Amino acid sequence: MSKVKSKPADEIASELSYEAAFAQLEIILQTLEIGELPLEESLTLYEQGINLATYCTQKLDEAELRVSRWQPGHQTTPFVGWQEG
Amino acid sequence: MNPITISALNTHILALFERDDLLRDVWVIGEVSNWKRATSGHIYFTLKDDGANISTVMWKGNALAHTWLPREGDQVLAHGYVGVYPERGVYQLYANRLQPVGRGQLYAEFEALKARLAAAGLFDAARKRPLPVAPRFIGVITSPDGAALRDILRVLTLRWPLVEVIVFPTLVQGSEAPAQIANAIVAANQYAASGAALDTLILARGGGSIEDLWAFNDERVAYALIDSQIPVITGVGHETDFTIVDFVADLRAPTPSAAAAAAVPDRTDLLEQLASVQRQLSEQALTVVDLEARRLHELRLRLRRVDPKRQLDLRRQSLDDRERYLRSELRRRLERLRERNAAARLRLDALNPANVLRRGYSIVQAADGTIVTSPAMTAIDDELRVRGAGGEYRVKRIK
Repeated sequence: MSKVKSKPADEIASELSYEAAFAQLEIILQTLEIGELPLEESLTLYEQGINLATYCTQKLDEAELRVSRWQPGHQTTPFVGWQEG
Repeated sequence: MNPITISALNTHILALFERDDLLRDVWVIGEVSNWKRATSGHIYFTLKDDGANISTVMWKGNALAHTWLPREGDQVLAHGYVGVYPERGVYQLYANRLQPVGRGQLYAEFEALKARLAAAGLFDAARKRPLPVAPRFIGVITSPDGAALRDILRVLTLRWPLVEVIVFPTLVQGSEAPAQIANAIVAANQYAASGAALDTLILARGGGSIEDLWAFNDERVAYALIDSQIPVITGVGHETDFTIVDFVADLRAPTPSAAAAAAVPDRTDLLEQLASVQRQLSEQALTVVDLEARRLHELRLRLRRVDPKRQLDLRRQSLDDRERYLRSELRRRLERLRERNAAARLRLDALNPANVLRRGYSIVQAADGTIVTSPAMTAIDDELRVRGAGGEYRVKRIK
């Protein structure tokens, strides 16, 4: 188990994808479930897990669908206005 | 006599036709002959039965909206209006819709294509690829103006707005549609191959008649799907509509909305899952802390047992105990001694010579103090001391 520093949810790098964050969360859960860690380490992991869970929740709550339109030459342009329809 | 011009006459006839309900909106049944598509795109042909025929024209716009068009000799149902062409003084049928009679031919074509593709193994279950559970990029191949796209985007927004959508615009009905759809599938794959990410494709079209959906029964589209490196979900028409692409796709969804729902997880479920993960984590942390607290408590108890101060206390107490014991023991012994003393005194009292003297006896002592117990111990004229209870006096042995 790699030691990752515990960061508050709003400080977790925003490039971290939801999937990556969730995968980290699962590893933490499994590690804690085995329960062989020293107290201090498990508390750090716990805190980190809570932060990741909060981060994932935020991502899900705040995400906005991004839609673009393919153009010949593999360019894409934003596709807007579909909400009004 | 009041003559009018030919133009006026034809215009009058035209007006008569336009007033007539039947001529304005009519279905006719007949056989197609003299089928001719002009360079302008308009189609001219004759509809006939055993005893009559009528010139028919279908404008380009209407023709393009048809994925199925009849061939020479086909029996068709034609819909349109009957109008006058004043320049030539003829009436003709302006058709906007052509259907094979009883749709039997369409179904026959559909079944034939289906059988052919099935025989080629295009529908094999082994071909179906697993779909990504949570795709990050979804390509949607559909009309950019259709209700299908709006439905898809609405469902994605509700369920999984983390996804990014790239729309590959195409016609979804008409004779041009199959080629455009196939091209859009190829374009999506090239786009992905060029380094952009595309995890899932959705091929969709809203509901319509069997003719409207005909572009999705096209062999070119079927093979474009087979060649796609990206897994494809179809959502064409309504629940009850099945098209060839549905059999070829990795997953067939009954509608465009259902295709979008099938493409992504539901964040509502995920949010619940996350909440339960957080609860689980909290419980685990509490358990860990609890366990450590209990261990600590035990340690503290053990520590107290080995505390030097406590040892000292213990010893002090045992010392006290011993002292108390000693004191009581001493008291007991003194008591015993006292009792023995008293007994001795009683016995001593019994032996006190004074008591004997009081009973009338006397003690005779020689001058040197020796107690005289026999006449042989004294001589005549020896002075002796006699001690009685009342006191002492001197006597002389006379005999």
